[in-house]
Amino acid sequence: MIHFVVHEDGDGVGVVVVEGVKAGQKLKGWIMEDDKDITITAKSNIPIGHKVALKDYKPGDTVIKYGVDIGKVVAKIAKGEHAHVQNIKTKRW
Amino acid sequence: MAINLKKASFWGYKRENKRIGVRNHVIILPVDDLSNAAAEAVAHNIKGVLAIPHPYGRLQFGADLDLHFRTLIGTGSNPNVAAVVVIGIEDGWAKKVADGIAKTGKPVVFFGIEMHGDHDTILRASKKAKEFVQWASELRREERPLKDLWVSTKCGESDTTSGCGANPTVGNAFDKLYPHDVTMVFGETTELTGGEHLVAARCRNDKVRKKFQFMFDRYQAIIDRHKTSDLSDSQPTKGNIAGGLTTIEEKALGNIQKIGRKCMIDGVLDKAEEPTGPGLWFMDSSSAAAEMVTLCAASGYTVHFFPTGQGNVVGNPILPVIKLCANPRTVRTMSEHIDVDVSGLLRKEMTPDEAGDALLDCMFRTANGRLTAAEALGQRQFVLTRLYESA
Repeated sequence: MIHFVVHEDGDGVGVVVVEGVKAGQKLKGWIMEDDKDITITAKSNIPIGHKVALKDYKPGDTVIKYGVDIGKVVAKIAKGEHAHVQNIKTKRW
Repeated sequence: MAINLKKASFWGYKRENKRIGVRNHVIILPVDDLSNAAAEAVAHNIKGVLAIPHPYGRLQFGADLDLHFRTLIGTGSNPNVAAVVVIGIEDGWAKKVADGIAKTGKPVVFFGIEMHGDHDTILRASKKAKEFVQWASELRREERPLKDLWVSTKCGESDTTSGCGANPTVGNAFDKLYPHDVTMVFGETTELTGGEHLVAARCRNDKVRKKFQFMFDRYQAIIDRHKTSDLSDSQPTKGNIAGGLTTIEEKALGNIQKIGRKCMIDGVLDKAEEPTGPGLWFMDSSSAAAEMVTLCAASGYTVHFFPTGQGNVVGNPILPVIKLCANPRTVRTMSEHIDVDVSGLLRKEMTPDEAGDALLDCMFRTANGRLTAAEALGQRQFVLTRLYESA
């Protein structure tokens, strides 16, 4: 069973694709572009469609998804935590 | 089984100007808000015709008025429309719209309400509408090559599953259609923000790239002029954020998956402008679903691919909107809105090629006459894009 997908190797976040992911749960991931499997332990409850951090981030870091910059970190994120609007902001507008 | 597109065909209505439609609507088209009641009364009297009411058309001027006329004339000219009854509060602008549509050679007539009132206008327009719909009901579909199909795309209520499932499925289908000289379009100018360099890199040549960059910068300037915050309550939308999308950059990169990996951008269109040849076009446009789909219909597109994540329900009066979705929760909770379920992609139960083929299969069935979910549910949003205040 796939719990989350990652667009490509090097991306710092994955997308949860099942409902009901809970903190402490071991998650199986699929890197789509490279067809590779990875695992991570969730540190937050993460809703379907929301992102899980694949590495530790500190404020000011850039988040990479699709191999491209998707915004800046504004609050610390630990590997396995829920990465969303509470800790990532746009660099545009 | 993979679809062989080389000899693929569909059954459509050949119009007077040789364009091929996949629907056979007779529409009652108001020029302005004041003519909605008369248009809807005609559609109530005469079965099988469709009124397309909207809130605008008074005291617009300049480029905004040009766009209003281009959208109404484009809608009436779309080959999915067999014939048109135009109703305006006065003759002048009603005639202008009817004259524009008449260039296609299709039956069109106009009525002005002033000097007559609603009753007399409704009576005379109903007689014409009855004549048109009976004539149109005898038109027959004929077999046409794939290249006669015009396909547009725009996504809505996107979430992260759009970027990894539904949008790449459209991209896969576009990559397959492109070598067969199909005319295609994408747009949503502000929703390229953060990925505009990737779109620019896909432009056929410097001339196209320059025009794309001009349209992109023009829209960014509008955002800069009017914004009061970083737009994070608007772009991404509340629905996008609920679905897990965090920034405009992330949304844009998901959006861009719709143009696949192989097709090049052959040209750039202004809003509601008609393309002049086959290939993939970029149209400067709003990212709001109904506005963008309305502009696609006005540009002459006849089938629409609409990927959704959280479950946008949009349709259009004349353009069949095919919905596809990769979010298993949305497919479960909003199944009546989804034409193509590609959620298997995210479970590795479906390959991108299989998903693209499933969408193409639905495209042919839709072109041949099968009603989309949005058509069956009566989703007929017709939303005109406004550029600025009325005079």
